[in-house]
Amino acid sequence: MEWLWLVPTMPLVGFLVLFTTQGRLPNNLVAMIGAGSVGFSALVALAATFEFVQGGGKPFEQTLWTWIDVGGFTPSVRLYLDGLSLVMVGVITGVGFLIHLYATGYMAEEQGYSRFFAYMNLFVFAMLMLVLGDNLLVLFLGWEGVGLCSYLLIGFFHTDSTNGYAARKAFVVTRVGDTFMALGLFLLYRELGTLEIQASLAGAQEAWPEGSTVCTVIALLLLGGAVGKSAQVPLQTWLPDAMAGPTPVSALIHAATMVTAGVYLIARMHDLYLLSPEAQLAVAVVGLLTLFIASFAALTQTDIKRILAYSTMSQIGFMFMALGVGAWSAAIFHLMTHAFFKALLFLSAGSVILALNHEQDIFKMGGLWRRLPIPFWSMVIGSAALAALPLTSGFYSKDIILLTSFDYGTGGAWFWGLAVVAAFLTSLYSARMIFVTFFGEMQTEPHDNSGPSMWLPLVLLAILALGGGWFGLAPLVDVMPDGGLEGDTHTGALVWLTALIPIFGLVVGYLIYGSKQISVDALIDSKPGEGLRRFWASGWGFDWIYDRVIVKPFMTLARINKSDVVDRIYVVTAALARGAHHVAVLTQTGRLRWYAANMALGIVLVLLVVLEVL
Amino acid sequence: MSLLWLILLLLFGGMVAGFSERFHANAPRWVALGVIAIAGAYLATIPIGTEVNAQWIPRFGISLILSMDGLSLAMVALTLFLGLVAIVSSWTEIEDQHGFFQFNLLWTLAGVVGVFTALDLFLFFVFWEVMLVPMYFLIAVWGHEDRAYAAMKFFLFTQISGLLLLFAILALVYFNYAATGVITFSYADLLNADIEADVAFWLMLGFFVAFVVKLPSVPFHTWLADAHTQAPTAGSVILAGILLKTGAYGLIRFVVPLFPDAAMQFRWPAMLLGAVSVVYGGYLAYSQSDFKRLVAYSSVSHMGFVLLGVFAWNALAVQGAVVQMVAHGFSTAALFMVAGALQQRLHTREMGEMGGLWVRAPRMGAVAMFFVIASVGMPGLGNFIGEFLVLLGAFQVDVPLTVAAAVGMVVAVVYGLSLMQRSFQGEPNPGIESIADFGAREMSVMVLMMIALVWLGVYPQTLLSISEPVVSGLGVAP
Repeated sequence: MEWLWLVPTMPLVGFLVLFTTQGRLPNNLVAMIGAGSVGFSALVALAATFEFVQGGGKPFEQTLWTWIDVGGFTPSVRLYLDGLSLVMVGVITGVGFLIHLYATGYMAEEQGYSRFFAYMNLFVFAMLMLVLGDNLLVLFLGWEGVGLCSYLLIGFFHTDSTNGYAARKAFVVTRVGDTFMALGLFLLYRELGTLEIQASLAGAQEAWPEGSTVCTVIALLLLGGAVGKSAQVPLQTWLPDAMAGPTPVSALIHAATMVTAGVYLIARMHDLYLLSPEAQLAVAVVGLLTLFIASFAALTQTDIKRILAYSTMSQIGFMFMALGVGAWSAAIFHLMTHAFFKALLFLSAGSVILALNHEQDIFKMGGLWRRLPIPFWSMVIGSAALAALPLTSGFYSKDIILLTSFDYGTGGAWFWGLAVVAAFLTSLYSARMIFVTFFGEMQTEPHDNSGPSMWLPLVLLAILALGGGWFGLAPLVDVMPDGGLEGDTHTGALVWLTALIPIFGLVVGYLIYGSKQISVDALIDSKPGEGLRRFWASGWGFDWIYDRVIVKPFMTLARINKSDVVDRIYVVTAALARGAHHVAVLTQTGRLRWYAANMALGIVLVLLVVLEVL
Repeated sequence: MSLLWLILLLLFGGMVAGFSERFHANAPRWVALGVIAIAGAYLATIPIGTEVNAQWIPRFGISLILSMDGLSLAMVALTLFLGLVAIVSSWTEIEDQHGFFQFNLLWTLAGVVGVFTALDLFLFFVFWEVMLVPMYFLIAVWGHEDRAYAAMKFFLFTQISGLLLLFAILALVYFNYAATGVITFSYADLLNADIEADVAFWLMLGFFVAFVVKLPSVPFHTWLADAHTQAPTAGSVILAGILLKTGAYGLIRFVVPLFPDAAMQFRWPAMLLGAVSVVYGGYLAYSQSDFKRLVAYSSVSHMGFVLLGVFAWNALAVQGAVVQMVAHGFSTAALFMVAGALQQRLHTREMGEMGGLWVRAPRMGAVAMFFVIASVGMPGLGNFIGEFLVLLGAFQVDVPLTVAAAVGMVVAVVYGLSLMQRSFQGEPNPGIESIADFGAREMSVMVLMMIALVWLGVYPQTLLSISEPVVSGLGVAP
């Protein structure tokens, strides 16, 4: 355990080496440093896990140094390992390493190989600080750090300005959330006098009664941060555009790790939400809304990465809903299984895209299943887990969430009902993606020249996506308020319905996109159908509204006021002074008669005033 | 007398540098570099707490009081370091009158060092003027196309505010004389001056306006964009890096301690100006198409945090303001160096004529990215510590204004990233075939500033513990 600090430090060292050498190292050395540093972290994390389990799951703390010491505000850089951070560290280093390994092959042909791994390592470092920090300020360091790396990596191919636009959009939109979060920290500090996570959770329970307003406000501000980072309504619009980044980036940052940071934050601060039922309900509603909106949007995308992006959004919606309805452990469980299967899906999509020379439109693919067997089977397994087919990892986690949501107060049936519809849509769009991409007629000839560095991660992730749910999540028992994953007590039709809905979705998907026995063409071609398709495809018009309400007015004002209206005051003052100067100059004619006449006039005036005539 | 020697060294060194041009055109810059190096080494030998106290004009109670506490030390060290940066950054930029250029540079620095150490108000005012006149020449002689207008605007703003400062000082001394029968300009004596509340308010306002013009805060900020944009790189580095800090220093050292009650009465309007500066400055920065002008306006935004923090007047916020002053000095100096390098290579500052420069000059791109990231307040770098502490402290005092200023966090990202996009990213401009990347000379100072910002971000305690005794000594609320 004493080596815990090495876990975040290794990727940081990797970053520093790659950053300072500025691309002067040969590619294979860069690959060794880039992937090796994360692999090393994963090994240390594995050793820590053994020790953690042997120690009976006792939390471990390691204080590195006092970051700031001002006026009683003394945040330390302290690492805190409990069941929750252990799961997160496992996902980040484990899945992170596999994605780095994959990227060594995927990025081999690209410019800026070293820069890529420098950013990736920096990201892993920041993400680890986010989950290991025992202080909200350290968490915030990681929180902003991952946002920065996300920006740098979305815009990695920076000579294309559309990538730059997507990158900036991601940074700015998440920064809006971050600002809410920062305000939450200020308020928390004002009320409790600390930003230490464990101390503030304990303090909150002492200081506030259930339903306390200030606690609700803090919880909602933190939720503001979470919706930004985790791409939930209403700050979700950046995620689909973030797919401009290289595919390993999408897998690591925009599927497996960073976007789940919001889920981690709320799970970590769960005591605040337990004290504020309103805030917890808000979490559930945000999750449900996002889940619903994103599922429909995913159904209408044609770009394989955007399908996966909306799918990620909706799966995180599941996690938020789980947190909101009190299925705390299930949310983290789903976070983990989702990391496995969504990373798998992105990486197999990456292999397909690379084999098709960067074609991303699924309708220009087709018939690939014989030619690209490993990506095909990977994607089938990933989709099965995404759709939560029984026995896959996704089934175990999603099933608990759905069943628990049914028990949630009076609105439980609504939560369950809408979430089941979304689950149906999930398997429907998964089926669509598989059948359109891999079956039917071949549209583009694939060229698969991926080496073991690319297929090995796919195989390993496929195993995890299938079997990763069988073990449950023992470490969470002591951390989460619901005491870990319990055996389910539901019986009867509800259980069967919940389990069979995904299969039903799959069958419908097969009939539409596989055997083509059901035709939806008439529906799509009809006027309302076309309108609805476009509405969903655009992500329910959020971008359109934000563009008109915020972006355009801001830019117009900026254009109008480029020369700063305040400066007018001074320009006018200067002009008046100059004008007065010109008037005064007029009197200076150089003619003696004029001066004498003025003088006389002046004297007369003065005399009249003195004699009180005027 | 060590502090006096430090200032005299710079003044005398300036004259030597000026005359040395007779021997060789390259001599002045080497002399100036040497003078700064010696001054820096000499500063390292001056312990905190050093004080010079000598009679000057005893008849009017004017003395030569120079004192070095933690705050002064931090500011003087920053001054000398950025002086070095300024000399290095103008190494090849200045083409004529090398001697006079270095003379002005060193004299400005001497004035600034005096401002940061003088504890006699008359002496302070003398140094206040000493730093301005050479700066006027730096802009007017070696500036860009609109230099005459910019220099005149700079001069008028600072002279009028300087006049206000002089009146306020004289009035303070007079009222203190009326109350005690002693004429004194000594800071320590005036600290305890017993002045009626309404008089104190107006005197406070005089000091306040004089210093926020320098800071600058909205609505007195309009000189800044022209002056910074038109000045030669060294001038911009010193203006933004150091001269703005004299305004902030004045607020911390004089305005609140001299008139604690009046200043607290004025807290809300002052903090409002701070918050407005943060947001409006950032918004103006975004509106610009001139690289250098954008960086210039970003200073208005960043110094708004300082104003907000000083008037929140608790340890968190004031310490945050101190960190912000130092961190902003590095980040903005570096960005002005990038701006200067681009202007020298492309002969334009318009971002519309740039684009994709990262491909042509990757080192320059990486450097620009680093400092943009720093200036948007990324945790782990110094600026974040400053802004976070200011906001955290201000939040304890006034929630709505803190929320308003926090919007600056978003605006900073908007203008910072747009700067990067329009200059270094995007499709490479076909009109630019190749530009020289940063060489060893530029990179060496850039790396130093990067290390400084990382250090400030990771272990700000080095600076915070130096300034802590000063801040608590000035009566800042805990």
